[in-house]
Amino acid sequence: MPISNFINAGDLIRFLPEIILSVAGTLLMVLDPLVNRRSSNLFGTLSLLALIGALFGSVAAYAQAGPAFGGMLSVDGFATFFRMLVIVVGILTVLPSYRFLARQDAETGEYHALLLYSIAGQCVMVSANDLIMIFIGLEISSISSYVLAGYLRDDKRANEAALKYFLLGSFATGFFLYGVALIYGATGTVNLTLARAAITGANSPSPVFIGVAAALMFVGLGFKVSAWPFQMWAPDVYQGAPTPVTAFLSTGPKAATFAIFLRIFMTAFEPIGNGWEPLVWICALLSMTIGNFAALLQSNVKRLLAYSSIAHAGYVLVALTARSDVGTAAAMFYLAAYAFMNIGAFAVISHISGKGERYQNLEDFAGLAQKQPMTAALLTIFLLSLIGVPLTGGFFGKFYIFKAALESHLVWLTVLGLLNSAVAAYYYLRILVMMYMHEPSEAASGAEPLTVGLKAALILPALGTLILGIFPSWVLDFAGKSSSLLK
Amino acid sequence: MNILTLILAIPLVGFLVALLLPRSSPQSSRVWALIISLATLVVALSLPLHFDYSQVEQFKIDVPWIASPDIHFYLSADGVGMWLLVLTTFLTPICVLISWRSIHSRVKEFFAFLLLLEFGLTGVFVAQDLFLFYVFWEISLVPMYFLVGVWGHERRIYAAVKFFLFTMAGSVLMLAAIIYLYNRAGTFSYTAILNMLSSGRLTFEPTEQMLLFLAFFIAFAIKVPLFPVHTWLPDAHVEAPTAGSIMLASVMLKMGTYGILHFCLPFFPAASHRCAPWIGVLAIIGILYGALVSLVQPNMKKLVAYSSVSHLGLVVLGIFSFSQLGLDGAVYQMLNHGISTGALFLLVGLMYERRHSLEIADYGGVATPAPWLSTAFLITALASIGLPLLNGFVGEFLVLQGTAISNYSWTIFAAIGTILSACYMLWLYQRVFYGETREQVRSHMPDLNIREWIAVVPLIIMMVWMGIYSQSFLPPVTKTTARVLDQAQVNVPFRVSAPKAVPSRVAAQSPLPSPQSPGFSPAPVQEVARAH
Repeated sequence: MPISNFINAGDLIRFLPEIILSVAGTLLMVLDPLVNRRSSNLFGTLSLLALIGALFGSVAAYAQAGPAFGGMLSVDGFATFFRMLVIVVGILTVLPSYRFLARQDAETGEYHALLLYSIAGQCVMVSANDLIMIFIGLEISSISSYVLAGYLRDDKRANEAALKYFLLGSFATGFFLYGVALIYGATGTVNLTLARAAITGANSPSPVFIGVAAALMFVGLGFKVSAWPFQMWAPDVYQGAPTPVTAFLSTGPKAATFAIFLRIFMTAFEPIGNGWEPLVWICALLSMTIGNFAALLQSNVKRLLAYSSIAHAGYVLVALTARSDVGTAAAMFYLAAYAFMNIGAFAVISHISGKGERYQNLEDFAGLAQKQPMTAALLTIFLLSLIGVPLTGGFFGKFYIFKAALESHLVWLTVLGLLNSAVAAYYYLRILVMMYMHEPSEAASGAEPLTVGLKAALILPALGTLILGIFPSWVLDFAGKSSSLLK
Repeated sequence: MNILTLILAIPLVGFLVALLLPRSSPQSSRVWALIISLATLVVALSLPLHFDYSQVEQFKIDVPWIASPDIHFYLSADGVGMWLLVLTTFLTPICVLISWRSIHSRVKEFFAFLLLLEFGLTGVFVAQDLFLFYVFWEISLVPMYFLVGVWGHERRIYAAVKFFLFTMAGSVLMLAAIIYLYNRAGTFSYTAILNMLSSGRLTFEPTEQMLLFLAFFIAFAIKVPLFPVHTWLPDAHVEAPTAGSIMLASVMLKMGTYGILHFCLPFFPAASHRCAPWIGVLAIIGILYGALVSLVQPNMKKLVAYSSVSHLGLVVLGIFSFSQLGLDGAVYQMLNHGISTGALFLLVGLMYERRHSLEIADYGGVATPAPWLSTAFLITALASIGLPLLNGFVGEFLVLQGTAISNYSWTIFAAIGTILSACYMLWLYQRVFYGETREQVRSHMPDLNIREWIAVVPLIIMMVWMGIYSQSFLPPVTKTTARVLDQAQVNVPFRVSAPKAVPSRVAAQSPLPSPQSPGFSPAPVQEVARAH
């Protein structure tokens, strides 16, 4: 059959963001040896342009919403929401990277190229409606992330992080692939919509098959979102990876993985929801609890935020446990809010940490409010949002998630989850205490003034956090509309 | 423009502008904060002048804020909320004045946070959308956390974090209950939920109601603070800078008692009645325990802090007496405590500025070098004890009378607490102001200067005014508490022996006594009323 039967112009427009990102990534790779290293603001600027182009590309793709490539992709509101989210995450990662890379003497095109590939992979993930496409997207995203985690190749911790991430990540992907294989064996299709039809249909396959497949996929995806009991890698990797990469790993791939989590479990496996709900319930609760309690004991800020990101994965799993459109919309909103606040917090860390990332401890934030009041104020916004104080995006995220959970009668999960967020307040407050209530440290005194890129990297997410906190309906309406289209 | 919106907008805009003022000129921040807080006060004073007795909700504004879920920017004031709002705006300029010289470092941020605090606190008392209420409730937490943590004394960090975590732990439970209420009622509107409850369109199972009541009540009890969740209070009060202590004691604690009065009683009447005996016991423990600890305190600020535990116990006791007099007295006592404990913290703060010590043992004979300071302290202490003709007496008398109607044994314990308050206050006064004047005291204790006079005199005027002519303040309160009491008896499946002070008006307003609840009969209630 000629290939033109599968591909038409509409399909290409629906695939526009991925095309832009891959082409730009390859271009950067090619440019890398040709350009003088010292003038390398070029790479950052090019990748910013590519990302902005991809942002418009996803808007254009949404204008042509529908299935593409014979149903392998489904460009709907849900996909567009997450595409735009991961692209914005990309932009907010590139902005602080300028200064960060210059300080580590590590400005290369490949950093930006890998970032763009990873985002392209995530765009494929979130728009895929087919398990094989999801797997391909997952692999593109993951492999680029493994390399990014070890990008500072002279740094021991970064090497450890990359190796750990790679080994455990490969295992997890393997589990996921087993699940895909089982589904294909049981239903004869890898398309999510058809698989759902086969599962609910007249001669449906044995529920054991489907259950095992769901469990295997849950293992793979649970690893990627660092949910209990697959969270072990997160603290080491997040601590070891270069800070802008950590910011990216904790938001972009996580949001994209949650997107496919929601898509798979709310479409194909939705009919067996009664089976998986208790398991996700436990994972949600323990992710929140273990993440929050472990974070209480940390003195390294990156590690602290790593544990907090485990806890936040738990909150999103609460939304999944709710098994409703409201829950899906809440998870989408939460991931957006989390992306803004977390990436902003990491941008401040990358600003403070200095050359060789020496300053990552809590004490290094001491007195920041006296030396750089603006940086401290912005970090305060992010931390208050992570705590969940009203008028920030983090608050509304939690609010919507627990509202969805209560609507689904998950009273205990709600109460325990909310109490968890009170525990979490303690370790975020420790950073605030350091910044405002102690005398300036060496790191705070020596911190450079904010560059333009860093200012943008801090102010944009702060604005995002506040807008999500004051006018949440702008995003929530869109999320609500898209979540019901999912099935 | 709606007047309540204006009252909220002025400090908020003031806060945002204060952030932009130059760090190099602290004077500009001080003057700005004073202008803003006075402007807010002037606007707020027009509320009592325009209070309309024919309406339940005053100065109402209700505009949609967030479409889904249906959250409104819904403000209105009832008699209690209005007075607490006026109290907040009255105390803020005093706090600005008192911090004029005593705050040296990071002056700009201090006054900015003070204005943000005013914004949060005023919002709490007029928000009639449950969600909006929660927003203000949490917002007021943040500036107070910084006020204590940055500008406090030695153990400030411990105190600030403890304060934040205690409140946070309580309020997340309240958030869960608010969401649950929304899922049941489909609205966050206070009035709409009340109407649904009283018309029977929304009913709770007994267990459900009890759990919801507890979720709200624990959040409020932590704020009040009720024994045994009071432990954050002595730390926070002692470590806070003077302005922080004043706002904490005078206004923030009232958020708890206001919440109980405004939400717990009308929303969950049966659970409130069922828990009342237990809460009464806790309140009495608080009254006696707070008073006894005050008696043995070597630290002046801690003494005043523990006296707050004692006084607020009396307020809770008044509320859970379910009598018109008790509720009126509780609200009046909330206002009194705001004025007189605020003044006590202020005067203790002034002495600390001079002598740099809070230990009672470091003072003695202050009356000789600083006679006016001593006089002001004496009046305040007497007001706090409840001397007739000063404000404390009116509130205490009403509460005692109210509890006497519903539960006479409570009255006995509450009265013991009142006696103890005289003991610790007068003994404190004797040790600090009389006796031999030490050299350090003589040389470090100048009398009040003009700025301090301006801060102290309004408080003393209020003590005398509220003590002599309570009629200026009580009618709006009575109107609101009568309504609360009325709602607190709707759908209560067992008899409540509480008299109604204004039975005719209440009967006209109330769509019930509910005939469907067999245990409820209005007849004995009237008998009790006649008996008194």
